[in-house]
Amino acid sequence: MQPVVQAIVAMPIVLPPTVLGFYLLVLLGPRGAVGEIWGRWGGGPLVFSFAGLVIGSVIFSLPFVVRPLQGAFAASGRRPMEAAATLGAGPLDRFATVALPLARRGYLTAATLCFAHTVGEFGVVLMIGGNIPGETRVVSIAIFDLVERMQYGAAHRLSAGLVVFSFLVLLVVSAVDRRWRAL
Amino acid sequence: MAGALRSRAGRRDGGRAEARSGGVLGRLSFDRPGFRLAVELDLPERGVAGIFGPSGSGKTTLLRCVAGLEPGARGRLEVGGELWQDDATGHRTPTHRRPLGYVFQESSLFTHLSVRGNLRYGWRRVPERRRRLHPREAARRFGLERLLDRRVDDLSGGERQRVALARTLLAHPRLLLLDEPLASLDDTARSEILGELERLVREVEVPVLYVSHDLGEVGRLADHLLVLDRGSVVAQGPLTELLTRLDLPLAGRPDAEAVLEATVGGHDEEFHLTRLDSEAGPLWVPGESVEIGWTVRVRVLARDVSLTLARQTGTSILNIVPATVAELREEDDAQTLVRLRVGEAALLARVTRRSAQHLGLRPGLELWAQVKSAALLR
Repeated sequence: MQPVVQAIVAMPIVLPPTVLGFYLLVLLGPRGAVGEIWGRWGGGPLVFSFAGLVIGSVIFSLPFVVRPLQGAFAASGRRPMEAAATLGAGPLDRFATVALPLARRGYLTAATLCFAHTVGEFGVVLMIGGNIPGETRVVSIAIFDLVERMQYGAAHRLSAGLVVFSFLVLLVVSAVDRRWRAL
Repeated sequence: MAGALRSRAGRRDGGRAEARSGGVLGRLSFDRPGFRLAVELDLPERGVAGIFGPSGSGKTTLLRCVAGLEPGARGRLEVGGELWQDDATGHRTPTHRRPLGYVFQESSLFTHLSVRGNLRYGWRRVPERRRRLHPREAARRFGLERLLDRRVDDLSGGERQRVALARTLLAHPRLLLLDEPLASLDDTARSEILGELERLVREVEVPVLYVSHDLGEVGRLADHLLVLDRGSVVAQGPLTELLTRLDLPLAGRPDAEAVLEATVGGHDEEFHLTRLDSEAGPLWVPGESVEIGWTVRVRVLARDVSLTLARQTGTSILNIVPATVAELREEDDAQTLVRLRVGEAALLARVTRRSAQHLGLRPGLELWAQVKSAALLR
Protein backbone atom coordinates (compact mmCIF):
# COMPACT_ATOMS: atom_id res chain seq x y z
CA MET A 1 0.00 0.00 0.00
CA GLN A 2 2.81 2.38 0.88
CA PRO A 3 4.33 2.39 -2.65
CA VAL A 4 0.94 3.25 -4.16
CA VAL A 5 0.39 6.15 -1.79
CA GLN A 6 3.93 7.32 -2.33
CA ALA A 7 3.50 7.26 -6.12
CA ILE A 8 0.21 9.18 -5.98
CA VAL A 9 1.66 11.82 -3.67
CA ALA A 10 4.68 12.23 -5.95
CA MET A 11 2.61 12.59 -9.14
CA PRO A 12 2.53 16.42 -9.15
CA ILE A 13 6.33 16.45 -9.46
CA VAL A 14 6.16 14.59 -12.74
CA LEU A 15 2.93 15.88 -14.28
CA PRO A 16 2.95 19.08 -16.37
CA PRO A 17 1.13 21.76 -14.34
CA THR A 18 -1.37 22.17 -17.15
CA VAL A 19 -2.42 18.53 -16.90
CA LEU A 20 -2.86 18.81 -13.15
CA GLY A 21 -4.65 22.13 -13.57
CA PHE A 22 -6.93 20.69 -16.25
CA TYR A 23 -8.08 17.78 -14.09
CA LEU A 24 -8.53 20.03 -11.09
CA LEU A 25 -10.64 22.31 -13.25
CA VAL A 26 -12.77 19.37 -14.31
CA LEU A 27 -13.06 17.98 -10.76
CA LEU A 28 -13.69 21.26 -8.98
CA GLY A 29 -16.01 22.75 -11.62
CA PRO A 30 -19.74 23.03 -10.84
CA ARG A 31 -20.34 19.81 -12.81
CA GLY A 32 -17.24 18.05 -11.45
CA ALA A 33 -17.41 15.35 -8.76
CA VAL A 34 -15.96 17.53 -6.04
CA GLY A 35 -17.47 20.81 -7.18
CA GLU A 36 -20.99 19.39 -7.26
CA ILE A 37 -20.84 17.98 -3.74
CA TRP A 38 -19.28 21.20 -2.55
CA GLY A 39 -22.09 23.18 -4.15
CA ARG A 40 -24.77 20.95 -2.64
CA TRP A 41 -23.34 21.61 0.81
CA GLY A 42 -23.76 25.29 0.17
CA GLY A 43 -20.21 26.12 -0.91
CA GLY A 44 -19.55 28.81 -3.44
CA PRO A 45 -17.88 28.15 -6.78
CA LEU A 46 -14.42 26.58 -6.49
CA VAL A 47 -12.99 27.28 -9.92
CA PHE A 48 -11.88 30.81 -10.66
CA SER A 49 -12.02 31.58 -6.94
CA PHE A 50 -9.44 32.06 -4.25
CA ALA A 51 -10.64 28.92 -2.41
CA GLY A 52 -10.06 26.82 -5.54
CA LEU A 53 -6.63 28.33 -5.89
CA VAL A 54 -5.74 27.28 -2.36
CA ILE A 55 -7.00 23.73 -2.91
CA GLY A 56 -5.04 23.47 -6.14
CA SER A 57 -1.88 24.82 -4.52
CA VAL A 58 -2.14 22.36 -1.63
CA ILE A 59 -2.39 19.45 -4.03
CA PHE A 60 0.40 20.39 -6.39
CA SER A 61 2.78 21.30 -3.57
CA LEU A 62 2.00 18.21 -1.50
CA PRO A 63 5.02 16.16 -2.61
CA PHE A 64 7.35 18.97 -1.61
CA VAL A 65 6.02 18.68 1.93
CA VAL A 66 5.50 14.95 2.21
CA ARG A 67 8.94 13.90 0.94
CA PRO A 68 11.07 15.92 3.37
CA LEU A 69 8.78 15.05 6.27
CA GLN A 70 8.94 11.38 5.42
CA GLY A 71 12.72 11.60 5.23
CA ALA A 72 12.90 13.39 8.57
CA PHE A 73 10.78 10.81 10.34
CA ALA A 74 12.71 7.95 8.78
CA ALA A 75 16.03 9.52 9.78
CA SER A 76 15.17 9.42 13.49
CA GLY A 77 14.86 5.64 13.28
CA ARG A 78 12.84 3.30 15.42
CA ARG A 79 15.05 3.42 18.50
CA PRO A 80 13.80 6.68 20.07
CA MET A 81 10.21 5.51 19.70
CA GLU A 82 11.08 2.16 21.27
CA ALA A 83 12.84 3.87 24.14
CA ALA A 84 9.78 6.08 24.68
CA ALA A 85 7.53 3.01 24.74
CA THR A 86 9.70 1.35 27.40
CA LEU A 87 9.40 4.56 29.42
CA GLY A 88 5.62 4.26 29.44
CA ALA A 89 4.60 6.50 26.55
CA GLY A 90 1.67 5.25 24.46
CA PRO A 91 1.59 5.53 20.66
CA LEU A 92 0.05 9.03 20.42
CA ASP A 93 2.05 10.27 23.37
CA ARG A 94 5.36 9.17 21.89
CA PHE A 95 4.44 10.48 18.46
CA ALA A 96 3.80 13.92 19.93
CA THR A 97 6.70 14.00 22.38
CA VAL A 98 9.39 12.15 20.43
CA ALA A 99 8.70 11.66 16.71
CA LEU A 100 7.37 15.17 16.03
CA PRO A 101 10.10 17.13 17.80
CA LEU A 102 12.85 14.89 16.40
CA ALA A 103 11.62 15.57 12.88
CA ARG A 104 11.41 19.34 13.44
CA ARG A 105 14.07 20.22 10.88
CA GLY A 106 12.01 18.33 8.32
CA TYR A 107 9.09 20.76 8.70
CA LEU A 108 11.33 23.65 7.92
CA THR A 109 12.69 22.04 4.77
CA ALA A 110 9.15 21.09 3.82
CA ALA A 111 7.78 24.56 4.44
CA THR A 112 10.60 26.19 2.48
CA LEU A 113 10.24 23.91 -0.51
CA CYS A 114 6.49 24.25 -0.47
CA PHE A 115 6.77 28.03 -0.29
CA ALA A 116 9.22 28.19 -3.16
CA HIS A 117 7.12 25.92 -5.29
CA THR A 118 3.88 27.75 -4.57
CA VAL A 119 5.20 31.25 -5.16
CA GLY A 120 6.63 30.27 -8.51
CA GLU A 121 3.67 28.26 -9.75
CA PHE A 122 2.05 29.41 -12.93
CA GLY A 123 0.28 26.69 -14.90
CA VAL A 124 -2.06 25.24 -12.32
CA VAL A 125 -2.94 28.67 -11.01
CA LEU A 126 -3.79 29.93 -14.46
CA MET A 127 -5.93 26.87 -15.21
CA ILE A 128 -8.13 26.90 -12.13
CA GLY A 129 -7.69 30.50 -11.03
CA GLY A 130 -8.06 32.21 -14.32
CA ASN A 131 -6.15 35.38 -13.39
CA ILE A 132 -9.09 37.45 -12.13
CA PRO A 133 -7.82 40.76 -10.70
CA GLY A 134 -8.45 41.09 -6.98
CA GLU A 135 -9.56 37.48 -6.76
CA THR A 136 -7.16 34.96 -8.26
CA ARG A 137 -4.38 37.02 -9.74
CA VAL A 138 -1.05 35.96 -8.25
CA VAL A 139 2.22 37.88 -8.41
CA SER A 140 3.96 35.58 -10.88
CA ILE A 141 1.10 35.87 -13.39
CA ALA A 142 0.74 39.59 -12.81
CA ILE A 143 4.42 40.02 -13.71
CA PHE A 144 3.87 38.03 -16.88
CA ASP A 145 0.91 40.26 -17.82
CA LEU A 146 2.87 43.43 -17.17
CA VAL A 147 5.75 42.27 -19.33
CA GLU A 148 3.33 41.31 -22.09
CA ARG A 149 2.00 44.83 -21.98
CA MET A 150 5.55 46.21 -22.01
CA GLN A 151 5.08 47.84 -18.56
CA TYR A 152 8.62 47.09 -17.44
CA GLY A 153 8.59 49.57 -14.57
CA ALA A 154 5.65 47.92 -12.84
CA ALA A 155 7.07 44.48 -13.61
CA HIS A 156 10.30 45.58 -11.92
CA ARG A 157 8.54 46.69 -8.78
CA LEU A 158 6.70 43.41 -8.42
CA SER A 159 9.72 41.28 -9.29
CA ALA A 160 12.04 43.11 -6.92
CA GLY A 161 9.39 42.85 -4.23
CA LEU A 162 9.27 39.11 -4.73
CA VAL A 163 13.06 38.86 -4.62
CA VAL A 164 13.24 40.73 -1.31
CA PHE A 165 10.33 38.80 0.15
CA SER A 166 11.80 35.44 -0.82
CA PHE A 167 15.19 36.39 0.57
CA LEU A 168 13.69 37.44 3.89
CA VAL A 169 11.73 34.22 4.19
CA LEU A 170 14.82 32.10 3.51
CA LEU A 171 16.80 34.17 5.97
CA VAL A 172 14.30 33.47 8.72
CA VAL A 173 14.22 29.79 7.78
CA SER A 174 17.96 29.34 8.00
CA ALA A 175 18.11 31.25 11.29
CA VAL A 176 15.44 28.99 12.76
CA ASP A 177 17.22 25.94 11.41
CA ARG A 178 20.46 26.96 13.10
CA ARG A 179 18.70 27.38 16.38
CA TRP A 180 16.92 24.04 16.07
CA ARG A 181 20.10 22.25 15.22
CA ALA A 182 21.67 23.63 18.37
CA LEU A 183 18.79 22.53 20.57
CA MET B 1 6.34 -0.23 44.21
CA ALA B 2 4.99 -3.71 43.60
CA GLY B 3 1.52 -2.99 44.93
CA ALA B 4 1.02 0.08 42.80
CA LEU B 5 2.29 -1.64 39.72
CA ARG B 6 -0.05 -4.51 40.29
CA SER B 7 -3.08 -2.23 40.19
CA ARG B 8 -1.87 -0.82 36.91
CA ALA B 9 -1.45 -4.32 35.58
CA GLY B 10 -4.78 -5.49 36.96
CA ARG B 11 -6.64 -2.91 34.94
CA ARG B 12 -5.35 -4.20 31.68
CA ASP B 13 -5.67 -7.94 32.04
CA GLY B 14 -8.80 -7.93 34.08
CA GLY B 15 -7.25 -9.86 36.96
CA ARG B 16 -6.71 -12.90 34.81
CA ALA B 17 -3.13 -13.30 35.93
CA GLU B 18 -2.75 -15.51 38.94
CA ALA B 19 -0.57 -14.20 41.70
CA ARG B 20 2.38 -16.54 41.60
CA SER B 21 6.07 -16.11 41.98
CA GLY B 22 7.33 -12.62 41.26
CA GLY B 23 9.91 -13.86 38.81
CA VAL B 24 10.10 -14.09 35.06
CA LEU B 25 8.33 -17.12 33.73
CA GLY B 26 7.73 -17.84 30.12
CA ARG B 27 8.18 -19.64 26.89
CA LEU B 28 9.01 -17.40 23.98
CA SER B 29 9.82 -18.04 20.38
CA PHE B 30 10.68 -15.78 17.51
CA ASP B 31 11.43 -16.55 13.87
CA ARG B 32 13.44 -14.59 11.40
CA PRO B 33 14.78 -15.95 8.11
CA GLY B 34 17.79 -18.07 9.04
CA PHE B 35 17.31 -17.66 12.76
CA ARG B 36 15.00 -19.10 15.36
CA LEU B 37 14.86 -18.16 19.00
CA ALA B 38 13.11 -20.60 21.32
CA VAL B 39 13.60 -19.99 25.00
CA GLU B 40 12.06 -21.17 28.24
CA LEU B 41 12.54 -18.69 31.03
CA ASP B 42 12.28 -19.36 34.72
CA LEU B 43 14.06 -16.66 36.66
CA PRO B 44 13.67 -15.74 40.32
CA GLU B 45 12.06 -12.50 41.46
CA ARG B 46 15.23 -10.98 42.82
CA GLY B 47 18.73 -10.82 41.53
CA VAL B 48 20.51 -10.50 38.25
CA ALA B 49 20.16 -13.05 35.51
CA GLY B 50 23.05 -12.85 33.13
CA ILE B 51 22.17 -13.71 29.55
CA PHE B 52 25.38 -14.89 28.08
CA GLY B 53 26.30 -16.09 24.63
CA PRO B 54 28.29 -15.29 21.49
CA SER B 55 27.06 -12.52 19.21
CA GLY B 56 24.20 -13.66 17.05
CA SER B 57 22.99 -16.10 19.69
CA GLY B 58 19.78 -14.16 20.20
CA LYS B 59 20.50 -12.30 23.45
CA THR B 60 19.18 -8.95 22.29
CA THR B 61 16.25 -10.55 20.47
CA LEU B 62 15.29 -12.28 23.70
CA LEU B 63 15.26 -8.98 25.59
CA ARG B 64 13.22 -7.35 22.83
CA CYS B 65 10.70 -10.18 22.97
CA VAL B 66 10.38 -9.78 26.73
CA ALA B 67 9.90 -6.02 26.28
CA GLY B 68 7.22 -6.57 23.66
CA LEU B 69 9.24 -4.78 20.99
CA GLU B 70 9.14 -7.72 18.59
CA PRO B 71 5.67 -8.08 17.08
CA GLY B 72 6.65 -11.53 15.81
CA ALA B 73 7.33 -12.96 19.27
CA ARG B 74 5.11 -15.91 20.16
CA GLY B 75 4.41 -17.72 23.41
CA ARG B 76 3.59 -16.86 26.96
CA LEU B 77 5.26 -14.54 29.42
CA GLU B 78 4.54 -13.75 33.00
CA VAL B 79 6.49 -11.22 35.04
CA GLY B 80 5.99 -10.63 38.73
CA GLY B 81 2.79 -12.66 38.63
CA GLU B 82 1.31 -10.52 35.84
CA LEU B 83 0.54 -11.90 32.44
CA TRP B 84 2.30 -9.90 29.72
CA GLN B 85 1.68 -12.17 26.80
CA ASP B 86 -0.30 -15.31 26.16
CA ASP B 87 -0.94 -16.35 22.59
CA ALA B 88 -3.38 -19.02 23.77
CA THR B 89 -5.83 -16.27 24.74
CA GLY B 90 -4.51 -13.64 22.37
CA HIS B 91 -3.46 -11.43 25.27
CA ARG B 92 -0.60 -9.07 24.73
CA THR B 93 0.32 -6.12 26.90
CA PRO B 94 1.82 -3.37 24.75
CA THR B 95 5.33 -2.26 25.65
CA HIS B 96 4.28 1.05 27.17
CA ARG B 97 2.02 -0.73 29.65
CA ARG B 98 4.71 -3.19 30.72
CA PRO B 99 6.39 -1.73 33.79
CA LEU B 100 9.89 -2.41 32.57
CA GLY B 101 13.09 -0.50 32.12
CA TYR B 102 15.25 -1.05 29.08
CA VAL B 103 18.80 0.21 28.70
CA PHE B 104 19.89 -0.22 25.11
CA GLN B 105 23.36 -1.14 23.94
CA GLU B 106 24.04 2.26 22.47
CA SER B 107 22.64 5.25 24.24
CA SER B 108 19.07 5.89 23.16
CA LEU B 109 18.61 9.26 24.79
CA PHE B 110 16.23 11.78 23.28
CA THR B 111 18.43 14.26 21.46
CA HIS B 112 15.71 16.91 21.40
CA LEU B 113 15.61 17.02 25.19
CA SER B 114 18.15 18.14 27.77
CA VAL B 115 19.54 15.72 30.35
CA ARG B 116 16.80 16.90 32.70
CA GLY B 117 14.13 16.36 30.06
CA ASN B 118 15.41 12.83 29.49
CA LEU B 119 15.40 12.02 33.20
CA ARG B 120 11.87 13.32 33.62
CA TYR B 121 10.44 11.58 30.55
CA GLY B 122 9.58 8.25 32.15
CA TRP B 123 9.17 9.74 35.63
CA ARG B 124 6.38 12.10 34.49
CA ARG B 125 4.45 9.11 33.23
CA VAL B 126 4.53 7.32 36.59
CA PRO B 127 1.49 8.07 38.79
CA GLU B 128 2.50 10.36 41.65
CA ARG B 129 1.63 7.96 44.45
CA ARG B 130 3.92 5.34 42.97
CA ARG B 131 6.98 7.53 42.72
CA ARG B 132 9.75 6.59 45.11
CA LEU B 133 12.68 8.26 43.42
CA HIS B 134 12.87 11.92 42.45
CA PRO B 135 14.87 13.10 39.40
CA ARG B 136 16.95 15.27 41.72
CA GLU B 137 17.88 12.25 43.82
CA ALA B 138 18.61 10.14 40.75
CA ALA B 139 20.81 12.89 39.31
CA ARG B 140 22.73 13.04 42.58
CA ARG B 141 23.22 9.28 42.71
CA PHE B 142 24.54 9.11 39.17
CA GLY B 143 26.63 12.26 39.43
CA LEU B 144 24.59 14.14 36.84
CA GLU B 145 23.76 17.30 38.81
CA ARG B 146 26.14 19.49 36.83
CA LEU B 147 24.86 18.11 33.54
CA LEU B 148 21.13 18.64 33.95
CA ASP B 149 20.87 21.50 31.46
CA ARG B 150 23.26 20.04 28.92
CA ARG B 151 22.25 18.67 25.55
CA VAL B 152 22.77 14.95 25.39
CA ASP B 153 24.87 15.27 22.22
CA ASP B 154 27.53 17.05 24.26
CA LEU B 155 27.93 14.24 26.79
CA SER B 156 30.64 11.61 26.83
CA GLY B 157 29.72 7.98 26.27
CA GLY B 158 29.92 7.20 29.96
CA GLU B 159 27.79 10.20 30.89
CA ARG B 160 25.21 9.20 28.33
CA GLN B 161 24.88 5.70 29.74
CA ARG B 162 24.60 7.11 33.27
CA VAL B 163 21.73 9.31 32.07
CA ALA B 164 20.15 6.28 30.39
CA LEU B 165 20.41 4.25 33.61
CA ALA B 166 18.99 7.05 35.75
CA ARG B 167 16.19 7.68 33.26
CA THR B 168 15.29 4.00 33.32
CA LEU B 169 15.23 3.80 37.12
CA LEU B 170 13.05 6.92 37.29
CA ALA B 171 10.39 5.09 35.27
CA HIS B 172 10.02 2.81 38.32
CA PRO B 173 10.32 -0.47 36.43
CA ARG B 174 9.35 -3.82 37.80
CA LEU B 175 11.78 -5.60 35.52
CA LEU B 176 15.10 -4.21 34.34
CA LEU B 177 16.44 -5.18 30.94
CA LEU B 178 20.04 -4.21 30.36
CA ASP B 179 21.43 -4.89 26.92
CA GLU B 180 25.22 -4.71 27.12
CA PRO B 181 25.05 -1.23 28.64
CA LEU B 182 28.85 -1.06 28.74
CA ALA B 183 29.57 -2.31 25.24
CA SER B 184 29.86 1.11 23.61
CA LEU B 185 32.19 2.53 26.25
CA ASP B 186 35.95 2.81 26.49
CA ASP B 187 37.76 0.99 29.30
CA THR B 188 37.81 3.89 31.74
CA ALA B 189 34.14 4.71 31.40
CA ARG B 190 33.42 1.01 31.47
CA SER B 191 34.97 0.28 34.83
CA GLU B 192 33.41 3.44 36.24
CA ILE B 193 29.90 2.49 35.14
CA LEU B 194 30.42 -1.15 36.08
CA GLY B 195 30.84 -0.05 39.69
CA GLU B 196 27.63 1.97 39.52
CA LEU B 197 25.80 -0.87 37.86
CA GLU B 198 26.93 -3.23 40.57
CA ARG B 199 25.55 -0.95 43.24
CA LEU B 200 22.37 -0.42 41.29
CA VAL B 201 21.53 -4.07 40.68
CA ARG B 202 22.16 -4.86 44.31
CA GLU B 203 19.80 -2.09 45.42
CA VAL B 204 16.88 -2.52 43.05
CA GLU B 205 14.22 -4.87 44.28
CA VAL B 206 13.25 -6.14 40.86
CA PRO B 207 14.65 -8.86 38.64
CA VAL B 208 17.33 -7.79 36.19
CA LEU B 209 18.10 -9.40 32.86
CA TYR B 210 21.65 -8.50 31.94
CA VAL B 211 22.84 -9.29 28.44
CA SER B 212 26.57 -9.59 27.97
CA HIS B 213 29.20 -11.49 26.09
CA ASP B 214 31.83 -10.54 28.65
CA LEU B 215 32.36 -13.29 31.20
CA GLY B 216 34.06 -10.93 33.64
CA GLU B 217 31.04 -8.60 33.67
CA VAL B 218 28.64 -11.48 34.11
CA GLY B 219 30.77 -12.92 36.92
CA ARG B 220 30.64 -9.63 38.76
CA LEU B 221 26.98 -8.83 38.31
CA ALA B 222 24.96 -11.97 37.77
CA ASP B 223 23.48 -14.37 40.29
CA HIS B 224 21.89 -16.60 37.70
CA LEU B 225 23.01 -17.39 34.25
CA LEU B 226 21.23 -18.22 31.06
CA VAL B 227 23.59 -19.44 28.38
CA LEU B 228 22.32 -18.93 24.84
CA ASP B 229 23.67 -20.38 21.65
CA ARG B 230 22.06 -20.01 18.22
CA GLY B 231 18.72 -19.11 19.69
CA SER B 232 18.38 -21.84 22.28
CA VAL B 233 19.16 -22.08 25.96
CA VAL B 234 22.20 -24.24 26.52
CA ALA B 235 21.89 -24.05 30.28
CA GLN B 236 20.31 -21.94 32.99
CA GLY B 237 20.92 -21.95 36.72
CA PRO B 238 22.94 -20.39 39.51
CA LEU B 239 26.03 -18.58 38.23
CA THR B 240 28.53 -20.35 40.48
CA GLU B 241 27.31 -23.74 39.36
CA LEU B 242 27.22 -23.00 35.64
CA LEU B 243 30.64 -21.37 35.55
CA THR B 244 32.32 -24.58 36.67
CA ARG B 245 30.41 -27.06 34.55
CA LEU B 246 32.85 -28.66 32.19
CA ASP B 247 30.18 -29.55 29.63
CA LEU B 248 29.36 -25.87 29.00
CA PRO B 249 31.32 -23.52 26.76
CA LEU B 250 32.03 -21.22 29.73
CA ALA B 251 34.66 -23.47 31.26
CA GLY B 252 36.39 -23.84 27.92
CA ARG B 253 37.17 -20.15 27.58
CA PRO B 254 40.68 -18.85 28.24
CA ASP B 255 39.19 -16.65 30.97
CA ALA B 256 37.26 -19.52 32.58
CA GLU B 257 36.61 -18.77 36.22
CA ALA B 258 34.91 -19.87 39.39
CA VAL B 259 33.01 -17.37 41.51
CA LEU B 260 32.68 -17.93 45.25
CA GLU B 261 30.49 -16.23 47.79
CA ALA B 262 32.39 -15.16 50.91
CA THR B 263 32.17 -12.98 53.99
CA VAL B 264 34.97 -10.73 55.07
CA GLY B 265 36.38 -12.49 58.13
CA GLY B 266 39.31 -10.35 59.17
CA HIS B 267 42.23 -8.14 58.27
CA ASP B 268 45.94 -8.68 58.59
CA GLU B 269 47.01 -5.20 59.55
CA GLU B 270 50.71 -5.84 59.34
CA PHE B 271 50.66 -7.13 55.75
CA HIS B 272 47.49 -5.36 54.61
CA LEU B 273 45.58 -8.45 53.69
CA THR B 274 41.92 -9.36 53.99
CA ARG B 275 40.69 -12.79 54.97
CA LEU B 276 37.63 -13.94 53.11
CA ASP B 277 35.71 -16.83 54.59
CA SER B 278 34.46 -18.50 51.46
CA GLU B 279 32.63 -21.72 50.79
CA ALA B 280 36.01 -23.06 49.79
CA GLY B 281 37.65 -22.11 53.08
CA PRO B 282 39.60 -18.99 54.03
CA LEU B 283 41.23 -17.03 51.21
CA TRP B 284 43.61 -14.11 51.65
CA VAL B 285 43.50 -11.21 49.23
CA PRO B 286 45.58 -8.02 49.19
CA GLY B 287 44.13 -4.78 50.53
CA GLU B 288 41.91 -3.93 53.46
CA SER B 289 39.22 -1.93 51.70
CA VAL B 290 36.21 -3.99 52.69
CA GLU B 291 34.79 -4.02 56.20
CA ILE B 292 34.52 -7.16 58.28
CA GLY B 293 31.18 -8.91 57.98
CA TRP B 294 30.43 -7.83 54.42
CA THR B 295 29.32 -10.34 51.86
CA VAL B 296 31.52 -10.33 48.82
CA ARG B 297 32.32 -12.31 45.72
CA VAL B 298 35.66 -13.76 44.85
CA ARG B 299 36.76 -14.69 41.38
CA VAL B 300 39.32 -17.41 40.87
CA LEU B 301 40.49 -17.92 37.30
CA ALA B 302 41.15 -21.48 36.16
CA ARG B 303 44.65 -20.51 35.02
CA ASP B 304 45.51 -19.22 38.51
CA VAL B 305 44.91 -22.55 40.22
CA SER B 306 47.67 -25.15 40.37
CA LEU B 307 47.51 -28.61 41.90
CA THR B 308 49.86 -30.45 44.20
CA LEU B 309 49.59 -33.85 45.85
CA ALA B 310 51.39 -32.89 49.04
CA ARG B 311 50.86 -29.63 50.86
CA GLN B 312 53.69 -27.29 49.94
CA THR B 313 55.35 -25.25 52.63
CA GLY B 314 58.17 -23.42 50.93
CA THR B 315 55.94 -21.49 48.57
CA SER B 316 54.90 -17.89 47.99
CA ILE B 317 51.33 -18.92 47.46
CA LEU B 318 49.13 -17.86 50.36
CA ASN B 319 45.98 -19.71 49.56
CA ILE B 320 46.29 -23.45 49.65
CA VAL B 321 43.09 -25.38 50.17
CA PRO B 322 42.32 -29.09 50.34
CA ALA B 323 40.35 -30.23 47.30
CA THR B 324 38.93 -33.29 45.61
CA VAL B 325 39.01 -33.88 41.88
CA ALA B 326 35.41 -34.00 40.68
CA GLU B 327 35.77 -34.15 36.93
CA LEU B 328 38.38 -33.90 34.20
CA ARG B 329 38.21 -32.83 30.59
CA GLU B 330 41.04 -32.86 28.12
CA GLU B 331 40.70 -29.59 26.24
CA ASP B 332 43.23 -30.20 23.50
CA ASP B 333 46.49 -32.07 23.11
CA ALA B 334 48.20 -29.96 25.73
CA GLN B 335 45.71 -28.84 28.36
CA THR B 336 43.36 -30.46 30.81
CA LEU B 337 40.57 -28.72 32.65
CA VAL B 338 39.84 -29.96 36.17
CA ARG B 339 36.77 -29.31 38.28
CA LEU B 340 37.57 -29.47 41.97
CA ARG B 341 35.29 -29.80 44.95
CA VAL B 342 36.53 -27.52 47.67
CA GLY B 343 34.33 -27.61 50.74
CA GLU B 344 30.89 -26.60 49.51
CA ALA B 345 32.17 -24.91 46.41
CA ALA B 346 33.73 -25.73 43.09
CA LEU B 347 36.92 -24.41 41.55
CA LEU B 348 38.39 -24.84 38.10
CA ALA B 349 42.04 -25.57 37.42
CA ARG B 350 43.70 -25.59 34.04
CA VAL B 351 46.83 -27.73 33.97
CA THR B 352 48.91 -29.30 31.23
CA ARG B 353 47.99 -32.77 30.14
CA ARG B 354 51.44 -33.92 31.12
CA SER B 355 50.96 -32.65 34.67
CA ALA B 356 47.57 -34.30 34.83
CA GLN B 357 49.10 -37.59 33.86
CA HIS B 358 52.11 -37.10 36.12
CA LEU B 359 49.89 -36.41 39.15
CA GLY B 360 47.57 -39.26 38.22
CA LEU B 361 44.52 -37.00 38.30
CA ARG B 362 41.25 -38.93 38.45
CA PRO B 363 37.83 -38.22 39.96
CA GLY B 364 37.90 -38.71 43.72
CA LEU B 365 41.58 -37.96 44.13
CA GLU B 366 42.30 -35.74 47.13
CA LEU B 367 44.96 -33.11 46.71
CA TRP B 368 45.78 -29.45 47.36
CA ALA B 369 44.68 -26.54 45.22
CA GLN B 370 47.06 -23.60 45.22
CA VAL B 371 45.26 -20.40 44.37
CA LYS B 372 47.80 -17.99 42.99
CA SER B 373 45.44 -15.07 42.95
CA ALA B 374 41.86 -14.39 43.83
CA ALA B 375 40.06 -11.21 42.91
CA LEU B 376 37.59 -9.54 45.21
CA LEU B 377 34.60 -8.62 43.09
CA ARG B 378 32.41 -6.73 45.52
